[in-house]
Amino acid sequence: MGMTITEKILAKAANKKTVRPGELIDAKIDVVMCHDVTTPAAISMLVEKGIDKVFDKDKIVVTPDHFQPAKDVKSAELHRRLDRWARRHQITHYYELGRAGVCHALLPEQGHIRPGEVIVGGDSHTCTYGAFAAFSTGIGSTDLAAAIATGKLWFKVPASMKLVLNGSLAPGVYSKDVILAIIARIGTDGALYQAMEFVGLALSEMSMEARMTMTNMAIEAGAKNGIMAFDDTTKRYLDEHLKDEKEYTVYESDADAAYVRVEEFDCSAFEPMVALPHLPSGGVPIGDCAGEAMDQAYIGSCTNGRIEDLRIAAKILKGKKVAIRTIVVPATPTIWKQAMDEGLFDIFYDAGCVISAPTCGACLGGFMGVLAEGEKCVSTTNRNFVGRMGHPKSEVYLASPATAAASAIQGKLTDPRGYI
Amino acid sequence: MSRAHVYNRDHINTDEIIPARYLNTDDEQELAKHCLEDLDEGFVDKVAEGDIIVGGEDFGCGSSREHAVWAIRGAKVQTVIARTFARIFYRNAINCGFYLIESPEAPDHINDGDDIEINYEAGYVMNKTTGAEIKFNPLPDFAVEIINDGGLLEHVKKSM
Ligand code: SF4
Repeated sequence: MGMTITEKILAKAANKKTVRPGELIDAKIDVVMCHDVTTPAAISMLVEKGIDKVFDKDKIVVTPDHFQPAKDVKSAELHRRLDRWARRHQITHYYELGRAGVCHALLPEQGHIRPGEVIVGGDSHTCTYGAFAAFSTGIGSTDLAAAIATGKLWFKVPASMKLVLNGSLAPGVYSKDVILAIIARIGTDGALYQAMEFVGLALSEMSMEARMTMTNMAIEAGAKNGIMAFDDTTKRYLDEHLKDEKEYTVYESDADAAYVRVEEFDCSAFEPMVALPHLPSGGVPIGDCAGEAMDQAYIGSCTNGRIEDLRIAAKILKGKKVAIRTIVVPATPTIWKQAMDEGLFDIFYDAGCVISAPTCGACLGGFMGVLAEGEKCVSTTNRNFVGRMGHPKSEVYLASPATAAASAIQGKLTDPRGYI
Repeated sequence: MSRAHVYNRDHINTDEIIPARYLNTDDEQELAKHCLEDLDEGFVDKVAEGDIIVGGEDFGCGSSREHAVWAIRGAKVQTVIARTFARIFYRNAINCGFYLIESPEAPDHINDGDDIEINYEAGYVMNKTTGAEIKFNPLPDFAVEIINDGGLLEHVKKSM
């Protein structure tokens, strides 16, 4: 029997010919992503255990993002611990303030993600990088410490689930709507412990940015990783972004690979979606919730803070005024500059939005746009859990950048198709 | 006695276990002060050493923050019993040497406030209040090995 792309990558990393779902393996790690919330704890553990070393200073990518620039004294301490450690070990790819950005937007953009590799990060949305035909998963601080010190981790090989995206998306409907529709169908634990493998026409028509929005949210269905095959679009992105090492290995799922479940979707029938509070699986078509009054719109994060997202939002906001607080957060300094150079900042400014520095900020209720009791926010982020963006009695409505922008203009949930 | 704190709900997520607003520290005692704050504000005042949290499906879903496990451990909770656990939370718990009990049935036999005793080796939960005895599948051997070594780092240190 054949193997899935996930199984092939893990087999290679474990130095085995084949692996099967459920098998425990020791896998070699190619890239370790470190940020300011989970890494300082990992560092302390390593120091405490007397194994304060790094397996390869070139293969660890460090960027503060959650609370950067530091939001208070405590987060400043986290940043200082991260900074001292990165310097002590002369980490090659250490992105400091000014070059630091939201991790999952930054790593692909800076050329740290290659097909066929195993990438782990101290953040649940590390599954984003699977868009590049890589195995990529989020881990906690102890795993992170072990990965930093040894370059290896234990994994249980996940079974794979195949999501077939048939048809083409209609105008005004985006990859965010697709992933919200998928999670609405399969649930927040619909892919628990599994690999979500995306295939199909709608996927092949998407840019890498759009694809990353989908793998980013694989964890919201409980998946261990999200993964997509390599194609011309992947190659073009890599040709543009990979820097020194341009070599990589492309793995593909065999035709007779085994899937625990196959779900087909007719993407041509999809409409703009909004995930209602308080679960990412709460997705409904915009028609079912339009008119709900909002207090804030948030356009940013590792899900939808890339240049393409900002362009989509700007196109809708051009020449309009927002009716509610609207916060735009370019996810990395490069995106920030690109948006400025393209004149998007003028559009956002004229519309009455505020533009923030690259940060996770309010996505996790940290700072830069936290919600008060009872407030509602339409947000391009990936989680709408209780209290996620602020007060436990505030509410988050997940949507695409287009829907967030249209809703910002109206001050209530709005179908973006009227603006396209 | 070990009292059960029952939250009869699925998808109790890491933001409810330890809200992100407290992630500016990784000090376990500090985190423990806010354990389950957005789920049950009064939890830290009523929890006692050795108590048990009981939840439904997909407990611990959401972020990869190990802080969720630390907050619970810091609150001196003995274990969490849930029908199923979210993947990263489950893995984090094993890695930091915290035993979790996955049992689709056990939550049906535990009421809030019941006195619970757990036999980890034999794999059963004893409800001393009702007399019910519920079997569960003990953690796999490799996980027990990690826990017995005192967590993943001690475990990998042995082979370094
Ligand atoms: S932008 Fe939000 S979801 Fe993404 S890494 Fe930052 S906090 Fe996590």
